[in-house]
Amino acid sequence: MSSHDYEAVIGLEAHVQLGTVTKIFSISSAAFGGEPNRHTDPVCLGLPGALPVLNRRAVDMAVRLGLATGSRIRSRCRFARKHYFYPDLPKGFQISQYDEPLCEGGVVTFRLDGEVKQVRLVRIHMEDDAGKNIHDPSGVSFVDYNRAGVPLCEMVSEPDIRSADEAAEYLRAIRTLVRYLGISDGNMEEGSLRCDANVSIRPRGESKLGTKTELKNINSFKNVRDAIEHEIARQKLLCGRGEAVVQETRLWDPDHGISATMRSKEEAHDYRYFPEPDLPPVVVDETWLAAARAALPELPEARHARFLGLGLSAQDASVLVAERQIGDYFDQALAAARALPKKIANWVINEVLARVADARQLTDEDVPVPPAALAELVDLVEKGTLSGKLGKEVFGRMWQERRRAGDIVAAESVSLVSDSAVIEAACRRVVERSPDEVARFRAGNAKLLGFFVGNVMKETGGKANPKIVNEILRKLLA
Amino acid sequence: MASHVRGLPLVAQAEGVAAGQWKSRDLVEAYLDRIARLDKRIGAFLLVDVEGARRKADIIDKRIAAGESLGPLAGVPVGLKDIFVTKGIETTAGSKILKGFVPPYESTATARLEAAGAVSLGKLNLDEFAMGSSNENSAYHPVRNPWDLERVPGGSSGGSAAAVAASLCAGTLGTDTGGSIRQPASLCGVVGVKPTYGRVSRYGVIAFASSLDHPGPFGRTVEDAAALLEVIAGHDPMDSTSIPQPAGRYRQASRAGLSGMRLGVPKEYFQAGMDAEVEAAVRAALDELGRLGARLVPVSLPHTKYAIATYYLICTAEASSNLARYDGVRYGHRTAEASSLEELYGKTRGEGFGAESKRRIVLGTYVLRAGYYEAYYGKALRVRRLIADDFVAAFQQCDALVTPTSPTPAFKLGERASDPLQMYLADIYTVAPPLAGVPALSQCCGFTKSGLPIGLQTIGPALGEEAVFRVAGAYEAATDWHRRLPEDPA
Repeated sequence: MSSHDYEAVIGLEAHVQLGTVTKIFSISSAAFGGEPNRHTDPVCLGLPGALPVLNRRAVDMAVRLGLATGSRIRSRCRFARKHYFYPDLPKGFQISQYDEPLCEGGVVTFRLDGEVKQVRLVRIHMEDDAGKNIHDPSGVSFVDYNRAGVPLCEMVSEPDIRSADEAAEYLRAIRTLVRYLGISDGNMEEGSLRCDANVSIRPRGESKLGTKTELKNINSFKNVRDAIEHEIARQKLLCGRGEAVVQETRLWDPDHGISATMRSKEEAHDYRYFPEPDLPPVVVDETWLAAARAALPELPEARHARFLGLGLSAQDASVLVAERQIGDYFDQALAAARALPKKIANWVINEVLARVADARQLTDEDVPVPPAALAELVDLVEKGTLSGKLGKEVFGRMWQERRRAGDIVAAESVSLVSDSAVIEAACRRVVERSPDEVARFRAGNAKLLGFFVGNVMKETGGKANPKIVNEILRKLLA
Repeated sequence: MASHVRGLPLVAQAEGVAAGQWKSRDLVEAYLDRIARLDKRIGAFLLVDVEGARRKADIIDKRIAAGESLGPLAGVPVGLKDIFVTKGIETTAGSKILKGFVPPYESTATARLEAAGAVSLGKLNLDEFAMGSSNENSAYHPVRNPWDLERVPGGSSGGSAAAVAASLCAGTLGTDTGGSIRQPASLCGVVGVKPTYGRVSRYGVIAFASSLDHPGPFGRTVEDAAALLEVIAGHDPMDSTSIPQPAGRYRQASRAGLSGMRLGVPKEYFQAGMDAEVEAAVRAALDELGRLGARLVPVSLPHTKYAIATYYLICTAEASSNLARYDGVRYGHRTAEASSLEELYGKTRGEGFGAESKRRIVLGTYVLRAGYYEAYYGKALRVRRLIADDFVAAFQQCDALVTPTSPTPAFKLGERASDPLQMYLADIYTVAPPLAGVPALSQCCGFTKSGLPIGLQTIGPALGEEAVFRVAGAYEAATDWHRRLPEDPA
């Protein structure tokens, strides 16, 4: 079989750190960073006798994620202890969920090359994060427990993904979603979004799953794509040679672009799950669900569809939904403007987005050009008060000087001259001092119209309405 | 003063201090003197906080002299099982693995005691991580029964029971997981109360088996225990399994009498294997309760025979989990030399844990291993439910149950140490109440011919501590057993 005769089957386990103020089971700050071991307390350090108390805000965020993915939210779920030994795990177990997770089922929808993709979820469960081991080059190891106890949602997908690109795009869709929901910043660099991938291959047309490997340390979109790509190729190579894929956990080495065995199936942990006796079951009643549902924002897919309905291209719609704040900005500008959605979208995409480092700052109070100001500018251009080119200049000054378009236009008369009398006077001056060109034009050299228009624009400092200039010149030169 | 504290009830001490009759410092000195003289023979204490106790007593005395009104236990010297974490004071849980561990925080129960004005004399000996019924599993030294120094005080709260029996403290705190308060109370002839699960916060109580651990008090009298429980009970937001209800009025209940009460006598608690003297004393106590106005009704708790197996499946599973944190990385013992992480864990835990802790870690690990959960832990949880249902059904017919606490009086040190199974079976009368979460109390109801105390257990419905205190208080008022004191060891 050639390598094209195989298809990849991929499932992702995505870990989303929830953006609560405090940890999931204790009162320390859940903020990223900080001086090592400052964000700690007896509970998250696993000191003897300390007991977990569930942060309801974390549950609320997980409920929102479940609702947004169409998962079934259990009215009663439970935490379970997952045991293994590692220095960054203070209690010798992680408080996770096992047989009674908060959310089951659901689906993440996204687009890849214009095609709508859906990846089904097995479950979403809550758990506490571990700390971080820091290995000093001198051979000494340290542990920072600031991260220990930060709330996590683990989203386990069905093996619905078929390529490395699809996997990366799925993860991007999760990032967009959690940002829309305001439950996480989905930042892969800081580890607030992480993932492991389960990868197998099988002959096309086969419905049985092949032997899978689990890939770890793939914590950037690039690593996800590269590692999965590499793993698919590695498995195809093995199969091509008639060798078996071994079930194991592999660690991705991004520096060398290879993966290596981390532990075999035989070395796999027996996590000895059992219900967490220190926490009663979590009850999410109808009132809670209704409130969470009511608080859900418009989700990326619904917004994308709505933008298509406004006449935007699929590509523009994708750009505008990529962050909630972009779409919000667009919607607010649209509501304040008379111009067509397509025009507003162009301005947002080409001018506004080009000027912000992080699109998530677009709805900040102090954004230099608020949506209503953009709307005013676009309307001036559409009315013909400003040319497209002038409009862009004015936008630049609005951004820099934090002024409204109307102010700039009024105070500095940058608007287009549409007064026919003024324009006609300028046209006459140009025609009178260019007898040769007039003669050649009249003899049939139509291209010379550009020469006249250019000179009239010079006369008027570039502010003459080009449409009117054309009309008058044609009349004078006839 | 020193001679006064021997046998002096805690409640009387609190009243004396409040009335200005005694100084807290004098009480503290009297107990410190007794501890210095007697505890070498008994071994109840792991740590005596001489300076801390004196300092706190002096503060109490100053405040009383200044006319301040203090808490209900103001100035009373108490002792704490060394499983309650105490801020700034070494807390070991009786284990080498926690040697040198000085907690940066305080347990809720001990914080409440201190807020009520009690003065801690120090930390009391116990079986390592509260695992044991004889106190022989302490990693430091055994505790001896004040009634007979050749015999065990029971366990795991052996130090807490012996300290009260020998008048080394006015009252103490212990924990009960399968009988660890009631059995030593029985063997030492004092009052020990295991309240309803969740009645007393577990925050800061070093976990053995989380779903079974019950902190509770020891007292010389029923009212002493009630006074302590009133202070430590009540909702604690730091323990998610804490019951959101205030403490009851247990002292009042202990004086309320028991007329009109129906007392259930479960037939499963009076079967072969019971020591004849124990049976005789308990039956006599039932007669006495009948004379006091209670109506005795025969009841059945049909799943009792599964209680020990169920208990040991659940407690070992939870213990194996709770003890996983002692890995030598953050606190406590760490092996001197290790060339790999695995070796660090293996040697640290191998050196730090005693035999019984290791036995239970291994059992619990086995119970929870993949593929066997349903056969062991899952099934144990279902049987636990049936055992709890037994109690619910029994309390349809009666207000409280009366039973023996321990099938035998105190046994000799070393007698059962080589036979863990026999040791486990001795928990027969005490394991079911914690499985069901219902409150139970043990008090003295007589002595063997050789002078060893015998315990009577009263069990109430969930949240029914008042019923338990009514029965126990009425029985105590009508009998003199609680007035007997062991001779001070020479």
